[in-house]
Amino acid sequence: MMEFILVFTLAILLGWPLSKYLAAVMRGAPMGGDRLFAWIENPIYRLLGTDPGRGMSWRGYAAAFLVSNLVLGAIVWLILMTQAWLPLNPNDAPNMSWDLALHTAVSFLTNTNQQHYSGQAQLSYLAHLTGIVTLQVITPMMGLALVVATLRGLFGGRAPRTAGAGDDRAVDVGNFWADVIRPTLRFFLPLALIWTVLLTSQGVPATLAGGPVVRPLDTLVSMQEQKIPLGPVAPMVAVKQLGTNGGGWFGPNSAAPLENPTPFSNLLETLALLLIPVTLVLMVGRFTGRRRFGALVFGCMLVMSLMSSGAAVWSEGFSATSSDIALMEGKEVRFGAGPSALWASLTTQTSNGSVNAMHDSLAPLTGLVTISDMLINAIWGGIGSGLQQFLVYLMLAVFLAGLMTGRTPELFGRKIEAREVKLLAVLVLLQPLALLVMSAITLAVPALTGNSNPGFHGISQVFYEYTSAFANNGSGFEGLGDNTLWWNLTCVLLLILGRYPYLVLPLMIAASLAAKRRTPDSAGSLQVETPTFGLTLIAVIAILTLLQFMPVLVLGPVADHLALIAP
Amino acid sequence: MNRSNPNGAARRDAVPAEHEYRAALVSALIKLAPHRIIRNPVMAVVWLGTVLTALLALAGQASAGFGWSVTLILLVTVLFSNFAEAVAESRGRGQAASLRRARRDLIAHRLSDDGALLEVSASELRAGDRVAVEAGQLIPADGEIEEGLASVNEAAVTGESAPVLREAGTDRSGVIGGTKVLSDRIVVRVTAEPGNSFLDRMIALVEGSNRQKTPNEVALGILLTVMTLTFAIVVFTLPFIAGFVGVQINLILLIALLVCLIPTTIGGLLPAIGIAGMNRALRANVLAKSGKAVEVAGDVDVLLLDKTGTITHGDRQATGFHALEGCDKERLVEAALLASLADPTPEGKSIVVLARREGGDMEQPAGAEFLPFSAQSRMSGVNLSEGRMIRKGAMDAIVEHVRGLGGRQPDGLDALVSEVARKGATPLVVSEGASVLGVVELSDVIKHGIKERFARLREMGVRTVMITGDNTLTAASIAAQAGVDDYLAEARPEDKLARIREEQAKGHLVAMVGDGTNDAPALAQADIGLAMNSGTQAAKEAGNMVDLDSDPTKLLAVVEIGKQQLITRGALTTFSLANDVSKYFAILPALFAAAIPQMAVLNVMALGSPTSAVLSALIFNAVIIPLLIPLALRGVRFKPASATELLRNNMLIYGVGGVLLPFVAIKLIDVALGAIFF
Repeated sequence: MMEFILVFTLAILLGWPLSKYLAAVMRGAPMGGDRLFAWIENPIYRLLGTDPGRGMSWRGYAAAFLVSNLVLGAIVWLILMTQAWLPLNPNDAPNMSWDLALHTAVSFLTNTNQQHYSGQAQLSYLAHLTGIVTLQVITPMMGLALVVATLRGLFGGRAPRTAGAGDDRAVDVGNFWADVIRPTLRFFLPLALIWTVLLTSQGVPATLAGGPVVRPLDTLVSMQEQKIPLGPVAPMVAVKQLGTNGGGWFGPNSAAPLENPTPFSNLLETLALLLIPVTLVLMVGRFTGRRRFGALVFGCMLVMSLMSSGAAVWSEGFSATSSDIALMEGKEVRFGAGPSALWASLTTQTSNGSVNAMHDSLAPLTGLVTISDMLINAIWGGIGSGLQQFLVYLMLAVFLAGLMTGRTPELFGRKIEAREVKLLAVLVLLQPLALLVMSAITLAVPALTGNSNPGFHGISQVFYEYTSAFANNGSGFEGLGDNTLWWNLTCVLLLILGRYPYLVLPLMIAASLAAKRRTPDSAGSLQVETPTFGLTLIAVIAILTLLQFMPVLVLGPVADHLALIAP
Repeated sequence: MNRSNPNGAARRDAVPAEHEYRAALVSALIKLAPHRIIRNPVMAVVWLGTVLTALLALAGQASAGFGWSVTLILLVTVLFSNFAEAVAESRGRGQAASLRRARRDLIAHRLSDDGALLEVSASELRAGDRVAVEAGQLIPADGEIEEGLASVNEAAVTGESAPVLREAGTDRSGVIGGTKVLSDRIVVRVTAEPGNSFLDRMIALVEGSNRQKTPNEVALGILLTVMTLTFAIVVFTLPFIAGFVGVQINLILLIALLVCLIPTTIGGLLPAIGIAGMNRALRANVLAKSGKAVEVAGDVDVLLLDKTGTITHGDRQATGFHALEGCDKERLVEAALLASLADPTPEGKSIVVLARREGGDMEQPAGAEFLPFSAQSRMSGVNLSEGRMIRKGAMDAIVEHVRGLGGRQPDGLDALVSEVARKGATPLVVSEGASVLGVVELSDVIKHGIKERFARLREMGVRTVMITGDNTLTAASIAAQAGVDDYLAEARPEDKLARIREEQAKGHLVAMVGDGTNDAPALAQADIGLAMNSGTQAAKEAGNMVDLDSDPTKLLAVVEIGKQQLITRGALTTFSLANDVSKYFAILPALFAAAIPQMAVLNVMALGSPTSAVLSALIFNAVIIPLLIPLALRGVRFKPASATELLRNNMLIYGVGGVLLPFVAIKLIDVALGAIFF
């Protein structure tokens, strides 16, 4: 309970000043530190051949995003397939198979960090440091860039004279490169550095040397000697926790003592899960100049977050299935049920995916909470992507609520019409299409699934894996032999479908809205910044998710729960 | 019945006549044809489900009783939806039939260039032809009066039997084909080609034959189609997922689940809501040229209104006597009364009325000589036999008159006159002999109840702008009294157009009312242009709505109808989706009950058996459509309130209510089924 309150309080208290700073960084106006950063940033801009002050249309912006991702993904894919021949490989990691390498590259490219490999044994230091960590740093900032561009569009774009001109290609949504490079250098890396130092102080290793060989104390185990894998763990843990990444150095992630040695490091890492997503939400009001809108987003997310985390902690510690014996299964004894459940709920809310306990062993209802978090994917959500998804829900709710107030639905004075609804419809349809069809195929052909558990839990495992991929979360129920061609390729498909449409289509909608004539507010226009609308929005999110996935959730975690408590 | 009262019309809406039902039932069957049902994707899925269950029942996939029951309920669901649309259409059709009678077999007397009259059928008339119409004849085609004036009975089109005056060269020169000239003879220049007349268009509109989906209907339709697709995915992946834990799901049950989940309630009622919106406008005697116009009316946030005839009665009335210092008021009242007793103008009469109320009891004295108002003297008055000379008129005219008699302008007059003017009234100075007595205050009287209407509009977020030719001082005062938000003083016709453009540039949606030819550009420019039926043809062509009662305040009713239509759509969509929660709780336990006994816990409604659970949910799903037809036709009750308040109320009724109601209803149906069959 103590940690629960501490984490939320600290995230908000630290997020407040950070959001002020981040808003200034994203606004791009002159600010303190300009001279220091200019000599790093300007050469990069020159290298890319871009003028950071020049705006882009949504097309240019989206193209820059997609092309940069294609290039980065290809490079990392190649590194992973050739790492054995490259330097910095003291632990002798072999080359990855093409499909595993593809899955790994796409997984990190989409800020998901779903791992079908075990980090310490299968990745070289070089692959970690150049490929993985680079993506872990850049991809969250790309999500941030897209949402910032979308927010600009929703309020008419950067150049007010193009607003309402009827041409969505004339709307200036910002400069993609500046939007990625500025926050990476000025915001994310300094923060990650602070976290690295703090984690190192708790004993998380940070070395380029190979690990020592030791003799286990327990002589009963068959192994005589054990090689302890080390590496530059602390910086990667800082980046994976802060950047809603989740992919750790070690296979067991933050349940491994070397990633998360002490209660204080656990607090630091739990806080890091929440910190930037909360900062981003707090930034909305400052960045858009509409404080009340920022308050709406923050209020809705906080309510959903507290409900979700509360439910997880209750289910794990106090529900009918949390009997004494089962309670500690899959958990690190140093943390226990409460902090494990808190982490599980926060890591799924924020699309992070790191774990400090095995989600496969969570009580079925805690599993239900984590899956629901990922299906909604907008309770804080991944950096940028969560807010972007929230905007999708916002527009759907505005459409329904707008009708109920007797006006053609409009958001911030701009009408949501057939074109926007069509784009929203694609996003509404894509999620059940991808998740349910993939789960159905996988479950109908059991040879493919490689389940350790048949029955209801098997359904949960498969559905969790796909949901995690599609939500760009990255955590797993495991228990699946998931390094197979089928799993690697289907997950790659879902990783891509869950990332790019959900980042780009809202930007298209925003640009299309920005090109429309703006109607000034009147007493008759729907006020989104009210508790009434906030509750409507939460209801829309809950009902939409519930309606689409109730049958599979009933057959998975709910049936699992009912079977466990049956006498 | 008061046709101009939209509420009166709404009352009539609630009870369709029996013959309407019968016709609608037939039409509902016709609408089962595949090429018609496909236009409504949600119901098309139900129709497909009906056919599939019938085939499955034939193939013996379920117990015959259950299979055919499901088939029947699904068929009835589709029929109910078709019926809703048919009822809405039949409303218009009744009206169209009477309109057609008005159009039939019209004979025209065409004037040839040499002045000869030629009897031809109305269908041979072309635009530009001139026809003569005598008293007692029907006007053969739409047109403008070129010569003469006549009283015309337009009941065939407007339903109003009181005759209206139509006159050449005025703003009331337009006549409609099919209406009857009661007196005099007029020459009409035909303006509409056959088949494109006002009546033709009206018939087409009320029949809904050329009804196009409105932009919002299209957007909502996309959303409903996607929800339907989504649920199709949910349902058709279910057997594969359930198969993993060894649960076999009957296909008929799956179809039942699908039909329960897709938004049939709103999908079934959506066309009816659109048609009903047009019909409601028509029942308020407003002819909207498209469904889109009605929808846009709900979004209007600026209203341009002419002062005269809309906000004020248009003739000035005496509202007070202000005696100058040193003159008692009784003397002023008496003098004003004497000067007005023989005055035939409305102003004069109103002075008499007010003076009587103030205690003046004079009658016209014998031998009095009345001097009527003239442009030269700019005053009127009376010379009494005993030599008293009483005058009333504008201040400078009276002062000049008094000076001429050796009097002078009293000290307090200037102040008194400007005080009255500041109130928005016209000061009428009264003198007797060489002395000025005081001032009669003449006000343009604000229409009763208009202030409340503007207050309602303001609550809905609509800003009203008054347009008047008065000077700024008067305009400001009347604006304040009537409670309009803004005014445009000393306005010329072209100022209206400029004002509309200015408001639109700021992003507002503007509605305006007009009748004259010089209003036509502004009517065309406005987002909603409501033309008066009494107005010129040009005005009626330019606007996108025509008010058959020629009542400018009708715009308020139109705005409410537009809003009501959108609210009805939103509310029923919310209701439809909220219903799904309880339907899941009815059907999911039924699907899995046999294979997974623990699932019984989810049967929170404690429904009798899986079969009766499924049937109950399906019956509720079907029956809710006809139960909501009156709501769809009448529209959700609309009370002007802030957007947040509206949202809260509608979310509580249709959102929370939509979740809870079916739990109760399905349970009740289940109990009833149990009592009858099981």
